[in-house]
Amino acid sequence: MSDVKKFLYVNRKAPYGTIYALESLEVVLIGAAFEQDVALAFLDDGVFQLTKGQNTDGIGVKNFSPTFRALGDYDVQKLYVERESLEERGLSEDDLIEVVYEDEDDDWEEKPAIKVVSRAEMADVMADADVVLSF
Amino acid sequence: MAYEVNGQTVECDEEGYITNLSDWTPELAAVIAEAEDIEMDDDRWEVVNFLREYYDEYQIAPAVRVLIKAAKKSMGPEKGNNKYMYELFPYGPAKQACKIAGLPKPTGCV
Repeated sequence: MSDVKKFLYVNRKAPYGTIYALESLEVVLIGAAFEQDVALAFLDDGVFQLTKGQNTDGIGVKNFSPTFRALGDYDVQKLYVERESLEERGLSEDDLIEVVYEDEDDDWEEKPAIKVVSRAEMADVMADADVVLSF
Repeated sequence: MAYEVNGQTVECDEEGYITNLSDWTPELAAVIAEAEDIEMDDDRWEVVNFLREYYDEYQIAPAVRVLIKAAKKSMGPEKGNNKYMYELFPYGPAKQACKIAGLPKPTGCV
């Protein structure tokens, strides 16, 4: 179907303290369940949403970071993370959780869904989307 | 609303999903199943246990399509298909089996 719109969900906020990150993920899951073309972008403090070893015991909310790893099951295959945002926060790709999807066109081989891109490439990702939703 | 198990009251919402996920026990599952007009057998337990493991790992109750895909991977194609799942849980495998498994209503399920 050629008229499937490309949705890009832009995540700019830290995972906890506001409801934005969790709400964004919920909307992504709903959109993906309806087989939309879904991609996610992480920049600014949003990159913290994908960091490994999150522990929310002290703040009394659910650690929802394991849910990102289910995105592959929902056929979400594109999680763009901005390199500059990582570097500005002293993070690198190694600090991020692993998210994989199975490539239908390549004998269901598991492939990483997270792609670290430069700020300039991120601008292209946004320009390429039909709908951009910012959280 | 609430369920009664061994003299204990377990709270649930108006649709029958339990309020406190840690209240779940296999005995409670049997009570919820009965309220849903479902008799639990080994096949149904397999799906319920599978959902609980999925929730444990990913912190979400999967949508039907995802449940079936994941079940196909771990239980094989003869069980990981729509027909099989809907025969076990006629009102929707994700919706009904999640309720019995003591999980929240799946995200994106209306």
